[in-house]
Amino acid sequence: MTPAGRRWLLRAGVVGLLVLAVAVPWLVDTYTTSVFARTLVLALVGVSVALLTGLAGLPTLGQTGPFAAGAYASALVAVHVSSVGVVQVLTGALAGGLFALLTVPLVVYARGVVVLMITLAIGELTVTAASRWSSVTGGTDGLAGIPPIQPVWGMAALDGDQARYLYTLVVVGVVIAAMVMVLRTPAGLLLRASRDDEGRMRASGHRVTGYLAVAFTAAGVVAGIAGSLLVTAQQYVSPADFGFDVSALLLLGVVIGGATSIGGAIAGTALVIAVRDWLSGLLPGYAPLLLGGLFVLTAYLFPRGVAGFSTDVAGLLRSRSGERNGRAGRDGYDHRGGAPPAGVGAAGPPVSGSGVDA
Amino acid sequence: MMVNAAPVLGPVDPYLIPALDGVAYGLLLFVAASGLVFCFGVANILNLAHGTLYAIGAYTAAALLDGGWAMLLVALGVGVVASAGAGGLLAGLLAPVARRDHLTQALLTFGVALAGGSLLVTAFGPDSLPVRIPAALDGTVVLAGHRYAAYRLVFIGVAALLALLLYLAVARTRAGMLVRAAVDDADMVACLGVNPARIRLGVLTAAGALAGAAGVLGAPIIGPAPTTADNVLLLSLVVVVLGGLGSVRGTLLAALAVGEIQSLGVALAPTAAPFLLFAAMAVVLAVRARGLSGRWLRLRPRLGGTA
Repeated sequence: MTPAGRRWLLRAGVVGLLVLAVAVPWLVDTYTTSVFARTLVLALVGVSVALLTGLAGLPTLGQTGPFAAGAYASALVAVHVSSVGVVQVLTGALAGGLFALLTVPLVVYARGVVVLMITLAIGELTVTAASRWSSVTGGTDGLAGIPPIQPVWGMAALDGDQARYLYTLVVVGVVIAAMVMVLRTPAGLLLRASRDDEGRMRASGHRVTGYLAVAFTAAGVVAGIAGSLLVTAQQYVSPADFGFDVSALLLLGVVIGGATSIGGAIAGTALVIAVRDWLSGLLPGYAPLLLGGLFVLTAYLFPRGVAGFSTDVAGLLRSRSGERNGRAGRDGYDHRGGAPPAGVGAAGPPVSGSGVDA
Repeated sequence: MMVNAAPVLGPVDPYLIPALDGVAYGLLLFVAASGLVFCFGVANILNLAHGTLYAIGAYTAAALLDGGWAMLLVALGVGVVASAGAGGLLAGLLAPVARRDHLTQALLTFGVALAGGSLLVTAFGPDSLPVRIPAALDGTVVLAGHRYAAYRLVFIGVAALLALLLYLAVARTRAGMLVRAAVDDADMVACLGVNPARIRLGVLTAAGALAGAAGVLGAPIIGPAPTTADNVLLLSLVVVVLGGLGSVRGTLLAALAVGEIQSLGVALAPTAAPFLLFAAMAVVLAVRARGLSGRWLRLRPRLGGTA
């Protein structure tokens, strides 16, 4: 298929998915709708993880930190100050951004696995704080009784899972569209370049640490907004929403999706959360086993995540049939088109340039 | 015997027992985490299934121990072999992705951990299980005017012996020499004609054996439950980070520090205690990204000092 044809197919796919996403409340029951709403929220956190892991080269296990900060701040505002959605989303964004700004000095000087460890510490400290600071966070019992949200001033309060899902969908859509637009400006390019060849960027006068600090704060803002949406979607927030397992699933979802692309991050996180929340209802007790199997299979079959699926499958088929000559055959990659495999070229997956495989 | 009002050791006295508990906890973490350190340093694998290897040992202890010495030995043997086997299996599973980045390995090992944890829960049930230690050790001894669990005291002795053996193995044997060399320069070791796949198998099997031993012996301290694997994994990761890499001494110091933070911290500063561990980790990493022992992973060697 020609590149132009592929682009059209991609666009048609995105539009189709959007239509489906809007139609969800009319297609499935209310419980599944609420699962979808939570999935959307976590997918947005996944996008912020992908921004750091894939684009900035800072693999993170700590986005639950700003996510929690945004969630608790919004919940408190919802209970005590205002039930207006705009106010709550802005509160979440501010809280998430502030949280990231406070922790940014810990993160931006490190690279690779050290980032994973530092962010893990940040995430764990946040959960501990959330479960211990009972006067503010409600401790392990969490904050309940959050009043229904009014999206903007003067609008009726949203009642029911369907309305809350649509509200979540709209906010997530707006945030992701804004992110995509920002990343298409030179800002996105600078981030990618810093990830791929930090030394050269520094040598040519770019302040890589500053770019990473901005990216980290921006990712915090996005995670904070997601926190606000979590409060809206489930009208309840507790430390269990921000544990190590959530961080791990988010990171792995992003890796499964192919950490470089926002679409991949959404797809990967959504897949992981769907397996966790939806299959665990269908096959009680087997969700961890299935999720584990999914991770193992993904590690083997799709080195570049779901986003690299078509090229990978093409490569696999080609190597099976032995049709290609040596270069593209044995290792299962198509070296002519698409991105080269991990660790080969500058355009490879983000993780290869991030120092994780140092 | 009564614990009298005038303490034997003055103002230190109330903290004696927590401090000793910290030593026991720290030595347990050392035996468990040293395997993870070698996975990281020698085979360059981020093994998120390490806690599961410990859990296998702990569940073996719960299933086999009946209060007698013979079964303790049997459980130790079975637990070590089972966990070592699981480690070897993990090495086999990792072989196809050996040349990939850490995140792919994390994906694979976390998947194995999820599936393994699920299988353990299916086999042993969702409750935390009691562990029956040998009757002879199931009492207390009097120590400077305090009662102390005899098992913990014996455990401190045994774990210290294991630590010494591990140190000697790394410092004095040929395998230990290869391990140290591989931490410093894995590529060079490969160039010397040592098969990297075999190193990976050896390291993961040994790591499994250590975690299994820690699991069986440590079951009375960190017992078998569905959260055990996560718990031990997190604590081991903290030890790895604090201890730097590849140095047995650094790992030991870090493990003891974590043990003391966990038990002495609760006694000294109850409100701050839950934060101490990860705050210490964040501070150490921020101040000194190479860990306490001064060596960290070979981070971006091309960029020199920026790591």
